[in-house]
Amino acid sequence: MGLGIETRHQIARRAALEIGRGMIVNLGIGIPTLVADYIPGNYGVMLHTENGILGMGGSPPPGKEDGNLSNAGGYPVTLISGASYFDSATAFGIIRRGLLDITVLGALEVSEQGDIANWIVPGKRVPGMGGAIDLAQKSKKVIVLMNHSDKEGNPKIVKNCKLPLTVKRGAHMIITEKAVIDIVDERLVLREVMHPHSVEEVVESTGAPLEIRNEVVTFQ
Amino acid sequence: MVYQSTEGSSKTKQISIEEAATHFFNGMTLMVGGFGGVGAPPGLINVLIDKQIKDIYMISNDTGFPWIGPGKLITEKRVSRLIASHIGSNPEAGKQMQNGELEVEFIPQGTLAEKIRAGGMGLGGILVDVGFGTIVEKGKQTVEVQEKTFMVEPALTADVSIIYAKQADTYGNLIYDKSARNTNPLVAMAGNVTIAEVEEIVPAGQLDPECVVTPGVFVDYIVQSKGVDWKWVWELKQDTK
Repeated sequence: MGLGIETRHQIARRAALEIGRGMIVNLGIGIPTLVADYIPGNYGVMLHTENGILGMGGSPPPGKEDGNLSNAGGYPVTLISGASYFDSATAFGIIRRGLLDITVLGALEVSEQGDIANWIVPGKRVPGMGGAIDLAQKSKKVIVLMNHSDKEGNPKIVKNCKLPLTVKRGAHMIITEKAVIDIVDERLVLREVMHPHSVEEVVESTGAPLEIRNEVVTFQ
Repeated sequence: MVYQSTEGSSKTKQISIEEAATHFFNGMTLMVGGFGGVGAPPGLINVLIDKQIKDIYMISNDTGFPWIGPGKLITEKRVSRLIASHIGSNPEAGKQMQNGELEVEFIPQGTLAEKIRAGGMGLGGILVDVGFGTIVEKGKQTVEVQEKTFMVEPALTADVSIIYAKQADTYGNLIYDKSARNTNPLVAMAGNVTIAEVEEIVPAGQLDPECVVTPGVFVDYIVQSKGVDWKWVWELKQDTK
Protein backbone atom coordinates (compact mmCIF):
# COMPACT_ATOMS: atom_id res chain seq x y z
CA MET A 1 0.00 0.00 0.00
CA GLY A 2 2.92 2.31 0.58
CA LEU A 3 1.33 3.95 3.63
CA GLY A 4 3.13 4.01 6.96
CA ILE A 5 1.80 1.97 9.84
CA GLU A 6 0.63 5.07 11.73
CA THR A 7 -1.27 6.39 8.72
CA ARG A 8 -2.90 2.99 8.17
CA HIS A 9 -4.05 3.00 11.77
CA GLN A 10 -5.27 6.60 11.49
CA ILE A 11 -7.50 5.56 8.57
CA ALA A 12 -8.73 2.48 10.46
CA ARG A 13 -9.43 4.56 13.58
CA ARG A 14 -11.53 6.99 11.55
CA ALA A 15 -13.46 4.19 9.84
CA ALA A 16 -14.29 2.63 13.22
CA LEU A 17 -16.21 5.82 14.18
CA GLU A 18 -18.83 4.87 11.58
CA ILE A 19 -19.59 1.63 13.39
CA GLY A 20 -22.45 1.79 15.89
CA ARG A 21 -23.61 -0.47 18.70
CA GLY A 22 -24.88 -3.90 17.70
CA MET A 23 -23.97 -3.57 14.05
CA ILE A 24 -23.16 -6.51 11.76
CA VAL A 25 -19.90 -5.64 9.99
CA ASN A 26 -17.61 -7.24 7.40
CA LEU A 27 -14.00 -6.08 7.23
CA GLY A 28 -11.91 -6.75 4.11
CA ILE A 29 -8.22 -7.62 3.95
CA GLY A 30 -5.52 -4.96 4.52
CA ILE A 31 -6.30 -1.68 6.30
CA PRO A 32 -9.97 -2.71 6.78
CA THR A 33 -8.79 -5.57 9.03
CA LEU A 34 -7.18 -3.00 11.35
CA VAL A 35 -10.57 -1.36 11.96
CA ALA A 36 -11.41 -4.18 14.40
CA ASP A 37 -8.79 -2.81 16.83
CA TYR A 38 -10.81 0.41 17.24
CA ILE A 39 -14.33 -0.92 17.75
CA PRO A 40 -15.16 -0.60 21.47
CA GLY A 41 -15.56 -4.05 23.04
CA ASN A 42 -18.80 -3.07 24.80
CA TYR A 43 -20.51 -2.16 21.49
CA GLY A 44 -21.62 -5.75 20.85
CA VAL A 45 -20.56 -5.45 17.20
CA MET A 46 -20.70 -8.80 15.40
CA LEU A 47 -17.95 -9.24 12.78
CA HIS A 48 -18.95 -11.39 9.82
CA THR A 49 -16.61 -13.41 7.61
CA GLU A 50 -17.29 -14.95 4.21
CA ASN A 51 -15.88 -18.31 5.29
CA GLY A 52 -18.63 -18.74 7.84
CA ILE A 53 -18.35 -16.97 11.19
CA LEU A 54 -20.54 -14.34 12.79
CA GLY A 55 -18.99 -13.01 15.98
CA MET A 56 -15.32 -13.15 15.07
CA GLY A 57 -12.90 -11.86 17.72
CA GLY A 58 -9.29 -10.68 17.53
CA SER A 59 -6.09 -12.65 16.96
CA PRO A 60 -5.31 -15.38 19.50
CA PRO A 61 -2.20 -15.05 21.67
CA PRO A 62 0.90 -16.80 20.27
CA GLY A 63 0.66 -20.56 20.68
CA LYS A 64 -3.15 -20.52 20.87
CA GLU A 65 -3.75 -20.45 17.12
CA ASP A 66 -6.08 -23.02 15.57
CA GLY A 67 -5.58 -23.80 11.86
CA ASN A 68 -9.33 -24.49 11.56
CA LEU A 69 -10.44 -21.16 13.03
CA SER A 70 -9.49 -18.34 10.72
CA ASN A 71 -10.72 -15.26 8.92
CA ALA A 72 -11.39 -15.11 5.18
CA GLY A 73 -7.71 -14.30 4.59
CA GLY A 74 -6.62 -17.53 6.30
CA TYR A 75 -5.27 -15.93 9.49
CA PRO A 76 -6.15 -17.31 12.95
CA VAL A 77 -8.90 -15.56 14.90
CA THR A 78 -10.94 -16.04 18.06
CA LEU A 79 -14.65 -15.74 18.84
CA ILE A 80 -16.78 -13.44 20.99
CA SER A 81 -19.91 -14.42 22.94
CA GLY A 82 -22.86 -15.21 20.72
CA ALA A 83 -20.72 -16.38 17.82
CA SER A 84 -21.82 -19.02 15.33
CA TYR A 85 -20.35 -21.08 12.49
CA PHE A 86 -22.13 -21.79 9.21
CA ASP A 87 -21.33 -22.84 5.67
CA SER A 88 -20.34 -20.41 2.90
CA ALA A 89 -23.80 -20.43 1.31
CA THR A 90 -25.27 -19.18 4.59
CA ALA A 91 -22.45 -16.62 4.93
CA PHE A 92 -23.55 -15.13 1.63
CA GLY A 93 -27.23 -15.51 2.43
CA ILE A 94 -26.57 -13.12 5.32
CA ILE A 95 -25.01 -10.70 2.82
CA ARG A 96 -27.63 -10.96 0.05
CA ARG A 97 -30.49 -10.71 2.53
CA GLY A 98 -29.20 -7.25 3.46
CA LEU A 99 -28.23 -8.05 7.04
CA LEU A 100 -24.79 -6.41 6.90
CA ASP A 101 -24.87 -2.87 8.25
CA ILE A 102 -21.38 -1.98 7.09
CA THR A 103 -18.77 -3.40 4.74
CA VAL A 104 -15.28 -1.93 4.82
CA LEU A 105 -13.08 -2.74 1.83
CA GLY A 106 -10.11 -1.57 -0.22
CA ALA A 107 -10.25 -0.32 -3.81
CA LEU A 108 -8.18 0.50 -6.87
CA GLU A 109 -10.56 3.24 -8.06
CA VAL A 110 -13.77 4.88 -6.86
CA SER A 111 -15.86 7.19 -9.04
CA GLU A 112 -17.86 10.22 -7.95
CA GLN A 113 -21.05 8.21 -8.48
CA GLY A 114 -19.79 5.60 -6.03
CA ASP A 115 -18.68 2.99 -8.57
CA ILE A 116 -15.94 0.78 -7.11
CA ALA A 117 -13.22 -1.11 -8.99
CA ASN A 118 -11.19 -3.46 -6.84
CA TRP A 119 -10.72 -6.91 -8.28
CA ILE A 120 -9.00 -6.88 -11.64
CA VAL A 121 -6.35 -5.03 -13.62
CA PRO A 122 -6.85 -6.66 -17.03
CA GLY A 123 -3.70 -8.29 -18.37
CA LYS A 124 -1.76 -7.45 -15.21
CA ARG A 125 -3.28 -8.65 -11.98
CA VAL A 126 -6.33 -10.90 -12.04
CA PRO A 127 -6.92 -12.17 -8.51
CA GLY A 128 -10.69 -12.64 -8.88
CA MET A 129 -13.52 -10.88 -7.12
CA GLY A 130 -13.89 -13.24 -4.17
CA GLY A 131 -16.85 -11.97 -2.17
CA ALA A 132 -16.32 -8.29 -3.01
CA ILE A 133 -19.17 -7.99 -5.52
CA ASP A 134 -21.69 -9.61 -3.16
CA LEU A 135 -20.52 -7.43 -0.25
CA ALA A 136 -20.33 -4.13 -2.15
CA GLN A 137 -23.72 -4.58 -3.79
CA LYS A 138 -25.68 -5.83 -0.80
CA SER A 139 -24.39 -4.09 2.36
CA LYS A 140 -26.37 -1.18 3.78
CA LYS A 141 -23.26 1.02 3.93
CA VAL A 142 -20.01 0.53 2.01
CA ILE A 143 -16.88 2.30 3.21
CA VAL A 144 -13.79 2.29 0.99
CA LEU A 145 -10.37 2.63 2.64
CA MET A 146 -7.52 3.31 0.25
CA ASN A 147 -4.57 5.49 -0.75
CA HIS A 148 -5.65 8.84 -2.14
CA SER A 149 -3.38 8.35 -5.17
CA ASP A 150 -1.80 5.36 -6.93
CA LYS A 151 1.93 4.61 -7.04
CA GLU A 152 2.42 6.96 -10.00
CA GLY A 153 0.60 9.74 -8.16
CA ASN A 154 -2.59 9.53 -10.22
CA PRO A 155 -5.87 10.12 -8.36
CA LYS A 156 -7.76 6.99 -7.37
CA ILE A 157 -10.94 9.01 -6.85
CA VAL A 158 -12.08 9.72 -10.41
CA LYS A 159 -15.01 10.92 -12.50
CA ASN A 160 -15.37 7.49 -14.10
CA CYS A 161 -13.58 4.24 -13.28
CA LYS A 162 -11.36 2.87 -16.03
CA LEU A 163 -11.01 -0.58 -14.52
CA PRO A 164 -13.80 -3.19 -14.61
CA LEU A 165 -16.28 -2.52 -11.81
CA THR A 166 -16.95 -4.40 -8.62
CA VAL A 167 -20.18 -2.51 -8.13
CA LYS A 168 -22.04 0.35 -9.76
CA ARG A 169 -23.00 3.13 -7.36
CA GLY A 170 -22.10 1.07 -4.32
CA ALA A 171 -19.76 3.22 -2.21
CA HIS A 172 -21.15 5.53 0.47
CA MET A 173 -17.90 6.82 1.92
CA ILE A 174 -14.19 7.00 1.11
CA ILE A 175 -11.48 7.34 3.74
CA THR A 176 -7.90 7.92 2.60
CA GLU A 177 -4.72 9.18 4.26
CA LYS A 178 -5.83 12.67 3.18
CA ALA A 179 -9.59 12.92 3.53
CA VAL A 180 -12.98 11.62 4.57
CA ILE A 181 -15.41 11.91 1.68
CA ASP A 182 -19.13 11.11 1.58
CA ILE A 183 -20.82 10.10 -1.63
CA VAL A 184 -24.24 11.74 -1.65
CA ASP A 185 -26.56 11.55 -4.66
CA GLU A 186 -23.65 10.70 -6.95
CA ARG A 187 -21.55 13.62 -5.77
CA LEU A 188 -18.42 13.73 -3.64
CA VAL A 189 -18.77 15.75 -0.45
CA LEU A 190 -15.60 16.55 1.48
CA ARG A 191 -16.37 15.98 5.14
CA GLU A 192 -12.99 15.96 6.87
CA VAL A 193 -9.32 16.21 6.07
CA MET A 194 -6.84 13.92 7.75
CA HIS A 195 -4.07 15.53 9.76
CA PRO A 196 -1.67 16.94 8.47
CA HIS A 197 -3.30 17.49 5.05
CA SER A 198 -5.11 20.62 3.84
CA VAL A 199 -8.34 21.08 1.89
CA GLU A 200 -6.34 22.47 -1.07
CA GLU A 201 -4.12 19.42 -1.11
CA VAL A 202 -7.12 17.11 -1.10
CA VAL A 203 -8.92 18.98 -3.87
CA GLU A 204 -5.76 19.00 -6.00
CA SER A 205 -5.16 15.26 -5.67
CA THR A 206 -8.77 14.21 -6.30
CA GLY A 207 -9.78 13.39 -9.89
CA ALA A 208 -13.38 14.59 -9.58
CA PRO A 209 -15.09 17.72 -8.18
CA LEU A 210 -15.40 17.87 -4.40
CA GLU A 211 -18.29 19.71 -2.83
CA ILE A 212 -17.89 21.44 0.50
CA ARG A 213 -21.23 21.76 2.24
CA ASN A 214 -20.27 22.24 5.87
CA GLU A 215 -17.13 23.27 7.68
CA VAL A 216 -14.35 20.77 6.94
CA VAL A 217 -12.86 19.57 10.20
CA THR A 218 -9.48 17.91 10.65
CA PHE A 219 -9.26 14.33 11.91
CA GLN A 220 -6.15 13.87 14.03
CA MET B 1 -34.13 -38.86 25.17
CA VAL B 2 -35.05 -40.41 21.84
CA TYR B 3 -34.99 -44.19 21.83
CA GLN B 4 -32.27 -45.14 19.38
CA SER B 5 -32.03 -48.80 18.48
CA THR B 6 -28.59 -50.32 18.27
CA GLU B 7 -29.73 -51.97 15.04
CA GLY B 8 -28.86 -50.25 11.83
CA SER B 9 -26.32 -50.19 9.06
CA SER B 10 -23.28 -52.17 10.14
CA LYS B 11 -21.72 -51.60 6.74
CA THR B 12 -18.95 -49.03 6.91
CA LYS B 13 -18.16 -46.50 4.23
CA GLN B 14 -14.57 -46.31 5.38
CA ILE B 15 -12.04 -47.16 2.69
CA SER B 16 -8.29 -46.75 2.43
CA ILE B 17 -6.79 -43.78 0.69
CA GLU B 18 -5.52 -46.21 -2.00
CA GLU B 19 -9.09 -47.38 -2.63
CA ALA B 20 -10.26 -43.77 -2.72
CA ALA B 21 -7.76 -43.08 -5.48
CA THR B 22 -9.49 -45.61 -7.78
CA HIS B 23 -12.39 -43.13 -8.11
CA PHE B 24 -10.18 -40.46 -9.66
CA PHE B 25 -9.62 -40.22 -13.40
CA ASN B 26 -7.96 -37.91 -15.90
CA GLY B 27 -10.25 -35.16 -17.18
CA MET B 28 -12.69 -35.49 -14.28
CA THR B 29 -14.69 -32.62 -12.85
CA LEU B 30 -13.47 -32.33 -9.28
CA MET B 31 -14.98 -30.21 -6.53
CA VAL B 32 -12.71 -29.47 -3.60
CA GLY B 33 -14.03 -28.23 -0.25
CA GLY B 34 -12.21 -25.56 1.73
CA PHE B 35 -11.59 -21.83 1.87
CA GLY B 36 -8.03 -20.57 1.50
CA GLY B 37 -6.96 -24.18 2.09
CA VAL B 38 -8.66 -24.25 5.51
CA GLY B 39 -10.92 -27.30 5.45
CA ALA B 40 -9.34 -28.80 2.31
CA PRO B 41 -8.61 -32.56 2.49
CA PRO B 42 -4.80 -32.94 2.62
CA GLY B 43 -4.55 -36.72 2.11
CA LEU B 44 -6.91 -36.87 -0.87
CA ILE B 45 -5.10 -33.98 -2.57
CA ASN B 46 -1.77 -35.75 -2.06
CA VAL B 47 -3.02 -39.03 -3.49
CA LEU B 48 -4.36 -37.21 -6.57
CA ILE B 49 -0.85 -35.95 -7.12
CA ASP B 50 0.81 -39.33 -6.38
CA LYS B 51 -1.49 -41.14 -8.82
CA GLN B 52 -0.58 -38.72 -11.62
CA ILE B 53 -4.20 -37.60 -12.14
CA LYS B 54 -4.20 -34.75 -14.66
CA ASP B 55 -6.33 -32.52 -16.89
CA ILE B 56 -8.66 -31.85 -13.95
CA TYR B 57 -11.61 -29.48 -14.32
CA MET B 58 -11.56 -28.13 -10.79
CA ILE B 59 -14.36 -26.28 -9.00
CA SER B 60 -13.33 -24.69 -5.70
CA ASN B 61 -13.88 -21.47 -3.80
CA ASP B 62 -10.25 -20.48 -4.45
CA THR B 63 -6.84 -21.96 -5.21
CA GLY B 64 -5.45 -21.74 -1.67
CA PHE B 65 -1.75 -21.01 -1.54
CA PRO B 66 0.85 -22.68 -3.84
CA TRP B 67 1.69 -25.28 -1.15
CA ILE B 68 -1.69 -25.40 0.63
CA GLY B 69 -4.92 -27.24 -0.24
CA PRO B 70 -6.08 -27.23 -3.88
CA GLY B 71 -3.15 -24.90 -4.57
CA LYS B 72 -0.90 -27.97 -4.71
CA LEU B 73 -2.86 -29.32 -7.69
CA ILE B 74 -2.29 -26.01 -9.49
CA THR B 75 1.44 -25.94 -8.66
CA GLU B 76 1.76 -29.55 -9.94
CA LYS B 77 -0.07 -28.47 -13.14
CA ARG B 78 -2.83 -31.04 -12.79
CA VAL B 79 -5.65 -28.55 -13.40
CA SER B 80 -6.50 -27.41 -16.92
CA ARG B 81 -9.82 -25.68 -16.23
CA LEU B 82 -10.93 -23.93 -13.09
CA ILE B 83 -14.07 -22.37 -11.68
CA ALA B 84 -13.29 -20.24 -8.60
CA SER B 85 -14.00 -16.87 -7.02
CA HIS B 86 -10.43 -15.98 -6.14
CA ILE B 87 -6.88 -17.01 -7.07
CA GLY B 88 -5.07 -14.02 -5.53
CA SER B 89 -3.25 -15.96 -2.81
CA ASN B 90 -1.78 -18.36 -5.35
CA PRO B 91 0.56 -16.54 -7.76
CA GLU B 92 1.20 -19.81 -9.61
CA ALA B 93 -2.48 -19.90 -10.65
CA GLY B 94 -2.23 -16.32 -11.92
CA LYS B 95 0.90 -17.18 -13.91
CA GLN B 96 -0.67 -20.26 -15.52
CA MET B 97 -3.79 -18.24 -16.35
CA GLN B 98 -1.77 -15.46 -18.01
CA ASN B 99 0.27 -17.87 -20.15
CA GLY B 100 -2.81 -19.84 -21.20
CA GLU B 101 -2.06 -23.11 -19.38
CA LEU B 102 -5.04 -22.69 -17.08
CA GLU B 103 -8.51 -21.65 -18.19
CA VAL B 104 -10.25 -19.76 -15.39
CA GLU B 105 -13.88 -18.77 -14.93
CA PHE B 106 -14.45 -16.37 -12.03
CA ILE B 107 -17.78 -16.36 -10.22
CA PRO B 108 -18.70 -14.09 -7.28
CA GLN B 109 -18.13 -16.09 -4.11
CA GLY B 110 -21.73 -16.19 -2.87
CA THR B 111 -23.07 -17.08 -6.30
CA LEU B 112 -20.50 -19.88 -6.64
CA ALA B 113 -21.40 -21.31 -3.24
CA GLU B 114 -25.09 -21.21 -4.11
CA LYS B 115 -24.55 -22.81 -7.56
CA ILE B 116 -22.79 -25.70 -5.81
CA ARG B 117 -25.54 -25.91 -3.21
CA ALA B 118 -28.18 -25.92 -5.98
CA GLY B 119 -26.38 -28.82 -7.69
CA GLY B 120 -26.32 -30.71 -4.43
CA MET B 121 -29.98 -29.97 -3.81
CA GLY B 122 -31.07 -31.29 -7.19
CA LEU B 123 -32.05 -27.88 -8.56
CA GLY B 124 -31.42 -26.65 -12.11
CA GLY B 125 -29.87 -23.39 -11.02
CA ILE B 126 -30.40 -20.18 -9.11
CA LEU B 127 -31.70 -16.68 -9.81
CA VAL B 128 -29.36 -13.98 -8.57
CA ASP B 129 -28.85 -10.24 -9.05
CA VAL B 130 -25.29 -10.00 -7.69
CA GLY B 131 -23.00 -8.62 -10.38
CA PHE B 132 -25.43 -6.52 -12.42
CA GLY B 133 -23.52 -3.49 -13.70
CA THR B 134 -20.25 -5.46 -13.84
CA ILE B 135 -18.66 -7.86 -16.32
CA VAL B 136 -20.30 -10.69 -14.38
CA GLU B 137 -23.55 -10.02 -16.24
CA LYS B 138 -21.90 -10.49 -19.65
CA GLY B 139 -23.56 -13.27 -21.65
CA LYS B 140 -25.92 -14.22 -18.82
CA GLN B 141 -29.49 -15.23 -19.45
CA THR B 142 -31.85 -13.00 -17.46
CA VAL B 143 -35.37 -13.57 -16.25
CA GLU B 144 -38.00 -11.40 -14.59
CA VAL B 145 -39.63 -12.86 -11.48
CA GLN B 146 -41.94 -10.92 -9.16
CA GLU B 147 -41.04 -7.70 -10.97
CA LYS B 148 -37.32 -8.11 -10.36
CA THR B 149 -34.66 -9.04 -12.89
CA PHE B 150 -32.25 -11.87 -12.13
CA MET B 151 -29.43 -13.68 -13.86
CA VAL B 152 -29.95 -17.38 -14.39
CA GLU B 153 -26.98 -19.26 -12.96
CA PRO B 154 -26.99 -22.99 -13.74
CA ALA B 155 -26.28 -25.41 -10.90
CA LEU B 156 -22.89 -27.11 -10.58
CA THR B 157 -22.19 -30.76 -9.90
CA ALA B 158 -19.02 -32.81 -10.20
CA ASP B 159 -17.83 -36.30 -11.05
CA VAL B 160 -16.06 -36.41 -7.72
CA SER B 161 -16.23 -34.18 -4.61
CA ILE B 162 -13.49 -34.30 -2.00
CA ILE B 163 -14.08 -32.73 1.39
CA TYR B 164 -12.74 -32.58 4.92
CA ALA B 165 -14.64 -33.03 8.19
CA LYS B 166 -13.80 -33.36 11.86
CA GLN B 167 -15.92 -36.42 12.61
CA ALA B 168 -17.75 -39.07 10.63
CA ASP B 169 -19.64 -42.12 11.72
CA THR B 170 -19.35 -45.25 9.63
CA TYR B 171 -22.56 -44.30 7.77
CA GLY B 172 -20.88 -41.10 6.59
CA ASN B 173 -22.74 -38.58 8.76
CA LEU B 174 -20.44 -35.59 9.11
CA ILE B 175 -19.62 -32.92 11.67
CA TYR B 176 -17.22 -30.15 10.72
CA ASP B 177 -14.63 -28.15 12.60
CA LYS B 178 -15.22 -24.43 13.24
CA SER B 179 -14.47 -22.28 10.16
CA ALA B 180 -13.15 -25.38 8.34
CA ARG B 181 -16.82 -26.08 7.60
CA ASN B 182 -17.00 -23.32 4.93
CA THR B 183 -17.80 -24.86 1.50
CA ASN B 184 -17.53 -28.49 2.62
CA PRO B 185 -21.24 -29.20 3.33
CA LEU B 186 -22.11 -27.73 -0.10
CA VAL B 187 -19.41 -29.60 -2.00
CA ALA B 188 -20.39 -32.79 -0.14
CA MET B 189 -23.86 -32.73 -1.71
CA ALA B 190 -22.79 -31.85 -5.26
CA GLY B 191 -20.49 -34.77 -6.09
CA ASN B 192 -21.68 -37.79 -8.07
CA VAL B 193 -19.13 -39.53 -5.87
CA THR B 194 -18.29 -37.80 -2.58
CA ILE B 195 -15.26 -38.79 -0.54
CA ALA B 196 -14.79 -37.26 2.91
CA GLU B 197 -11.43 -37.20 4.64
CA VAL B 198 -12.02 -37.04 8.38
CA GLU B 199 -10.06 -36.58 11.52
CA GLU B 200 -12.04 -39.13 13.55
CA ILE B 201 -14.26 -42.03 12.49
CA VAL B 202 -16.71 -43.45 15.03
CA PRO B 203 -19.25 -46.30 14.83
CA ALA B 204 -22.75 -45.37 13.57
CA GLY B 205 -24.83 -44.37 16.57
CA GLN B 206 -22.03 -42.46 18.25
CA LEU B 207 -22.86 -39.06 16.73
CA ASP B 208 -25.80 -37.09 18.07
CA PRO B 209 -28.24 -37.01 15.10
CA GLU B 210 -29.14 -33.46 16.17
CA CYS B 211 -25.56 -32.32 15.56
CA VAL B 212 -24.99 -33.98 12.18
CA VAL B 213 -24.36 -31.27 9.55
CA THR B 214 -24.13 -33.42 6.42
CA PRO B 215 -26.40 -36.49 6.39
CA GLY B 216 -24.40 -39.60 5.45
CA VAL B 217 -26.64 -40.29 2.47
CA PHE B 218 -24.66 -37.64 0.55
CA VAL B 219 -21.33 -39.26 1.41
CA ASP B 220 -20.14 -42.31 -0.53
CA TYR B 221 -16.80 -42.98 1.13
CA ILE B 222 -14.81 -41.84 4.14
CA VAL B 223 -11.07 -42.02 4.63
CA GLN B 224 -9.02 -41.50 7.78
CA SER B 225 -7.03 -38.26 7.68
CA LYS B 226 -3.43 -37.99 8.82
CA GLY B 227 -3.90 -34.27 9.28
CA VAL B 228 -2.56 -31.22 7.55
CA ASP B 229 0.95 -31.70 6.10
CA TRP B 230 1.52 -28.07 5.13
CA LYS B 231 2.51 -24.97 7.08
CA TRP B 232 -0.03 -22.17 7.23
CA VAL B 233 1.01 -18.72 6.06
CA TRP B 234 0.90 -17.36 9.61
CA GLU B 235 3.19 -20.19 10.80
CA LEU B 236 5.76 -19.33 8.12
CA LYS B 237 5.63 -15.68 9.18
CA GLN B 238 6.28 -16.73 12.78
CA ASP B 239 9.24 -18.87 11.65
CA THR B 240 10.89 -15.94 9.91
CA LYS B 241 10.42 -13.61 12.89
